[in-house]
Amino acid sequence: MRYIEPHAHMVSRTTDDYRQMALSGCVAVSEPAFWAGFDRLSPDGFDAYFRQLTDFEPKRAAQYGIQHYTWLCLNPKEGEDRALGQKVLACIEKYLDRPNVVGIGEIGVNRVTQNELATFRDHVSFALERKQLILIHTPHLEDKYKGTRVLVDALLKFQGLDPGRVMMDHSEEHTIDMILQNGFRTGLTLYPETKVSIPRAADIIEMYGPERIYVNSACDWGHSNPLAVPQFIMEMRRRGHSESLIQRVVYENPREFLQQSPKFSLPPAEKQTAAVR
Amino acid sequence: MPRKPGRCPLTTQRIVDEYFIENRHKLLDIAAFLDRLDRSQDGEDPTHDFRMKAFAQALQVLMTPGPDRLKRIHMVFSDPSTEPREKTDRKAAWGAYNPSLEVL
Repeated sequence: MRYIEPHAHMVSRTTDDYRQMALSGCVAVSEPAFWAGFDRLSPDGFDAYFRQLTDFEPKRAAQYGIQHYTWLCLNPKEGEDRALGQKVLACIEKYLDRPNVVGIGEIGVNRVTQNELATFRDHVSFALERKQLILIHTPHLEDKYKGTRVLVDALLKFQGLDPGRVMMDHSEEHTIDMILQNGFRTGLTLYPETKVSIPRAADIIEMYGPERIYVNSACDWGHSNPLAVPQFIMEMRRRGHSESLIQRVVYENPREFLQQSPKFSLPPAEKQTAAVR
Repeated sequence: MPRKPGRCPLTTQRIVDEYFIENRHKLLDIAAFLDRLDRSQDGEDPTHDFRMKAFAQALQVLMTPGPDRLKRIHMVFSDPSTEPREKTDRKAAWGAYNPSLEVL
């Protein structure tokens, strides 16, 4: 089955991962900007990262017939430094016209601090002024519930914000209600230990239906699985779910969200055969 | 038979057949973890750690009949407050909320 991987940090993955994803049916990835595992020391570090995301990474993906799209921002883990955030936003300006940039993300909060929230608001304003899609990281573990609550409240205060253009990612059972009830889209991140396991993601689809929900691996340099989405497909089939329901979650829903950016387009199905090398 | 909204399409028997072994495995892992704590070198009571205090509460919730066990366990581990912290304390989350760490 063809699928879209809507959240993957491919700069941290090997070329073998691209190959395995292509063999498993992946036709496109979208890659949010994120934390490198250490704080970057200056805006120049982000400039180099954004060049990698908009130049090198799409070429690497294309070798395997995978289209590569990306999101730019200062990640929530670095959001405490508001001055750096302003400099990074200025840097992002010159990359917005790159053909694979579909929006601003993944923005949000990490430990749910006042400065992180202010940096988040700066990014949302920047995105709205430039008519960009928004991809939001909701925080980890014990901070998930509080952080999601704070982010939803902050978003609802923005005049003219269309919740259908906002993806609130990494939701779990205790946060998905407040996201969907306010009209936002949400992603279930399939992680081996934190976030949502593959069976739990299938449970959530059964309980909430597929409307405005997609799944992703969020594979990065940590404990994660770049083939989590095809494994989710297997789990859904194991339970007897229809192919049309599965395809909606792994292909049509991410396409519906991403194609709100005029830069996102997929070739017809017959031309999507991965060119696996 | 028409499917009820929110239901898993498998019958109870099929769910047991499909998922019993992997969940038996997870349960044994938890038991082994608790036994390992009992065998610790210093023999300290693990519930002195706020994470293990929450873990013990979560096990109680697990054994309490009723719907939404998973959501209730999530909330055992979650920070229930709504006010942002004044400043950051660390990059990584702990896995469980500890009110006594709110010293900033």
